[in-house]
Amino acid sequence: MSNQLTRPTLPKSFAISLAALSMAIGFGLKFAGITSSLLFAGLVAVVLYVIVQTGVSFAVEGKRFAVDRLATTFMYAFFIASATPIFSVLWEVISRGYKVLNIDFFSYSMKSASPLRPGGGAYHAILGTLEQVGIATLIAVPIGILCALYLVEYSNGKRLPKAVSFFVDVMTGVPSVVTGLFIFTSVVLTLGLERSGFAAALALTILMLPVVIRTSEEMLRLVPNDLREASLALGIPKWKTIVKVVLPTAISGIITGVMLAVARVAGETAPLLLTTFLSQSINANPFTGPQAALPTFVWDQIASGTDPSINRAWSGALTLILLVVLFYGSAKLIARYYAPKA
Amino acid sequence: MKSDATKRRGDQVFTAITAGSGIFVLILMASIGLFLFAKAIPAFNNNTSNFLTEVTWFPDQDPPRFGIAALGFGTITAALIAMAIAVPIAIGTSLFITFYAPKKLAGVMAFLVDLLAAVPSIIFGLWGLQFLMPRMTGLTKWIDNNLGFIPIFENRTDLYTKSLFVAGVVLAIMILPTIGAISREVFKQVPRSHIEAALALGSTRWEMIKLAVLPYGRSGMISAAMLGLGRALGETIAVALILSALFEINIHITEPGGTTFAANIALKWNEAGPNGLAALIASGLVLFLITLAVNSIARAVIARRKEFTV
Repeated sequence: MSNQLTRPTLPKSFAISLAALSMAIGFGLKFAGITSSLLFAGLVAVVLYVIVQTGVSFAVEGKRFAVDRLATTFMYAFFIASATPIFSVLWEVISRGYKVLNIDFFSYSMKSASPLRPGGGAYHAILGTLEQVGIATLIAVPIGILCALYLVEYSNGKRLPKAVSFFVDVMTGVPSVVTGLFIFTSVVLTLGLERSGFAAALALTILMLPVVIRTSEEMLRLVPNDLREASLALGIPKWKTIVKVVLPTAISGIITGVMLAVARVAGETAPLLLTTFLSQSINANPFTGPQAALPTFVWDQIASGTDPSINRAWSGALTLILLVVLFYGSAKLIARYYAPKA
Repeated sequence: MKSDATKRRGDQVFTAITAGSGIFVLILMASIGLFLFAKAIPAFNNNTSNFLTEVTWFPDQDPPRFGIAALGFGTITAALIAMAIAVPIAIGTSLFITFYAPKKLAGVMAFLVDLLAAVPSIIFGLWGLQFLMPRMTGLTKWIDNNLGFIPIFENRTDLYTKSLFVAGVVLAIMILPTIGAISREVFKQVPRSHIEAALALGSTRWEMIKLAVLPYGRSGMISAAMLGLGRALGETIAVALILSALFEINIHITEPGGTTFAANIALKWNEAGPNGLAALIASGLVLFLITLAVNSIARAVIARRKEFTV
């Protein structure tokens, strides 16, 4: 039968029914009491699936198609491997974090709380994070947007903008601990400011800048050239065209980018450890004295290591994730509000 | 001849401000290196041992002895373990999302993987310490028992936690979204005609990927991996929480111990004296230069690619 025109193929339902069969056998082993480990049962199912499928396919369809099926199985496995951690992380943070997450957690500091007992809260840390991230945003956003405008509106293929663009990319990869060291050496050691929430905010600014610049740049490039040309043709100066036409068109995207940058730096721990002192009490003034923040709160609670502290660490982590989600959600809402109406 | 528009006062001011912001970024990058270098000089001067080859870290002792040998070893080993795990998984996932997943689900799947990038590293550290590490002892024991004849997998203690291996696994998860997002971009740019030509010649999907996608995306995948490497080298908090911070060069990666540049800075910072701070700043300078080199090469490769393809 070697001269037939159609090659023999396995039916489409082969893969899925084989998968079901191997799962049944694998977990059958578990329920029959042959193995107690769920992991082992899963492993048996996977190995069975891979061997039987590759073998049958090799016999019926030939080598090329057996390899193709094997590759497909691997692709699915890779995807499952990289999608699993996010579910695990979120599940652990939510299921362990909600335990001591109550109204007290949001309204008390750790001032009179003991590592050995439950109680206390993260109010001081939430306040610190909001202030530090707020200051960082106030500094990073104007500089970032102006820099993006420079790259998009004034570059014309010149050398300097190309260098700026390259170093913005490189800046994305600067380790967060290095930004903390930089602010410590420049602002604290050289300028003589004290370690404070403000110094931490400056370190966060450096981490925010490249993200704000990149996303703003992308959004500005999406603005159609027709809009610019129409405005310039009416005799409107270039700067006014940018302020009145280009920026409003891109603003919703830019705001989303800014909020993503905010969400990214809100969880940064290392720069804060180097530029502030840990604090257990409320300090609303970012310019003097130790000021807590949510990431350093979690760090501190993990360092204590007792059960009540670890519970508080998980709750701090959950609060941090809720804050990130809040930033992200409000970014979407603001973006929708400011989106140019057609 | 200059147009009228460029002579207007408002335009001149605005041009100056935007160009100033651009130049500010350049100055910022330069001053990071300069300030770290300036404040690290006292440590270099006071050090009585070789900064590059000394394993121990006693900068506040008299005489001060410290070096980056253990830090460099730990940093590079943890990053290499992370790369060995994350690169195939991230590239496989990107191939899956681009060429295998149903079109309707691909967006959601990409979002799931990208979501990992939004999780702060302190949360990865907490999760790694409290959830993953206790669950990995079984796997680590199995590796020790079955692959223990290879020295790097051999475990001479009966402790299987707080090792460079665990740190490497957590790092791998953290750099997945970085490598994934960039390699996905690269795979999306593969010309449709290359893919269709391969399929029209009767290739299976895997042969199409081998013939059309992987050769086209090679440089992009390399730079994606290098950006992931840059992130793994500089990751601080998760590693600081997981490792047991021993200053030693131990090739047995499943045994407790090891430390990295970044983790060491975070852990030693608040107990360091004046010379200790300078020494930590010196190690930070080395970390900065390494990540700068890795990132610059990666970005240069991407930039070169853009010139050829667009």
